[in-house]
Amino acid sequence: MSVDFLIETAKKIQVVINDNSSEIEKLDQEIGDGDHIFNVQRGIKLVIELEPTIKDLIMSKALNQIAMKVLSGIGGSSGALFGTLFMTMAKGNSIDEGIDYKKAIEIFAEGVEAVKQRGKADVGEKTMMDVLIPVSNCLKKGVEDDKDLKEILKEAVEVAEKGMFSTKDLLATKGRASFLGERARGHIDPGARSSQLMIKTVCESVINS
Amino acid sequence: MKKFMNSADDFLKESLQGFGAAHQDIVSCYYDPNFITRATPTKEGKVSLISGGGSGHEPMHGGLVGYGMLDAACPGFVFSSPTPDQMLAAAEKVDSGAGVLFIVKNYSGDVMNFQMAAEMMQGPNESVLTNDDVAVEDSSFTTGRRGVAATVVVEKIVGSLAEHGGSLQECKALGDKVNKNSGSMGVAFSSCTVPAAGKPNFDIGDDEMEFGVGIHGEPGRRRDKVKSAQEITNELLDAINEDLKPDANEEILLFVNGMGGTPLTELYLIYDNAKNMLDKKNIKISRSLVGNYCTSLEMQGASITLTKLDEELLKHWDSNVHTAAMRWGM
Repeated sequence: MSVDFLIETAKKIQVVINDNSSEIEKLDQEIGDGDHIFNVQRGIKLVIELEPTIKDLIMSKALNQIAMKVLSGIGGSSGALFGTLFMTMAKGNSIDEGIDYKKAIEIFAEGVEAVKQRGKADVGEKTMMDVLIPVSNCLKKGVEDDKDLKEILKEAVEVAEKGMFSTKDLLATKGRASFLGERARGHIDPGARSSQLMIKTVCESVINS
Repeated sequence: MKKFMNSADDFLKESLQGFGAAHQDIVSCYYDPNFITRATPTKEGKVSLISGGGSGHEPMHGGLVGYGMLDAACPGFVFSSPTPDQMLAAAEKVDSGAGVLFIVKNYSGDVMNFQMAAEMMQGPNESVLTNDDVAVEDSSFTTGRRGVAATVVVEKIVGSLAEHGGSLQECKALGDKVNKNSGSMGVAFSSCTVPAAGKPNFDIGDDEMEFGVGIHGEPGRRRDKVKSAQEITNELLDAINEDLKPDANEEILLFVNGMGGTPLTELYLIYDNAKNMLDKKNIKISRSLVGNYCTSLEMQGASITLTKLDEELLKHWDSNVHTAAMRWGM
């Protein structure tokens, strides 16, 4: 994984998120406050605009710059959570000596764990953690079982989609949707949908590379 | 959407610029990162109070920066939490060495961002988390009660203590006490529109109200048909009283807060109806506040906050204050 890969993937994510923006906005208006899509779009745009600043940096510094940009540029819960994800990945052990897929999975899993702590949300609470935690577990298991990378990633795409759909019937216990009580049931969580789309894009761009 | 705006991108900046220029005797505004401080530096040895939250709730919090209240406020984008870089920059500007007290409304985004700022900050700091909204049950099944209009009361009372030499720990303890002594609940008749979104946050029928609404229009207890003002007021007060359990003859502050789109005429009518009911219950209204303090853009609606007042709270409520939105005694 290189800094170039990060930027190129961010550009692919931008296209996918923009293609699905009205759906995400609608999901958020049903159970949130409607600003999630703008936050995500703003965040991705800011990361892409960092290209000239970070393209020649070592990985830890590049990830840290992305973290600070996301943290300050998005705001709200998304900024804090995604900022925590990248900040934790930036602290990954020996990442400046090169990142193979095993290393990438290791630091991603550490990042997801930190996000879980920050948001104090676990699987089953109708948040993006219903996508990120199962994906992180699936990736780690794939490495442990010594599976082929493309197989692992294909499985991760499926796990992400399953996690996203699982939020539909859940009662929200974290974030703004929790104020809805039973009224939140029957709606997919917008954060789960946007993170599922991002995971899918990252995985598929590696699978197809 | 009809709004006084030139572009959604410049909405916040232009509003802050106007606020800073209109009240330059009281505040100074800083940009990138955005924060508002008092026009004069913090007195040596005085604990600094910093609050913040999404914009769209004005005058909270920028309008509460000034003598006797906040030292700084960090405005986020409309209905979106401010970020740690804003809080750190504000803290660096106003901390005189006596420490920083963050006053945070219990909303996930605000809590996480202030928490990150507190972790990154070098000097001594504490946080008071407000969660006065009785509409939401405080259980493991929710994010917990929301911090709403009583935040204004916390900022007034703790601001006074800080002004009079209270230590960081004393300010934190008093903030927690005021929060615990307060209960609020709101009702909305209409939705509100975030400039960047361009359409209303939620749909609501002409004859409907959202009972127990939060300050971004997020739902509370239930959707109901609009009732008479006295019925609505009674229901709000019943819910608050059930939670606060004020004793007969206990002194309280009655705070009728507008959400932005309800005229003062109606807020005073609510005050009258609330007084009717509290009088019947022998609850003594010692202090009053009526107006738009914790708003939700152009939402039509109102909330009621009751705060139980003891001698200490009364003293700090009455002490001098000079901010853009609240001024008495000086």
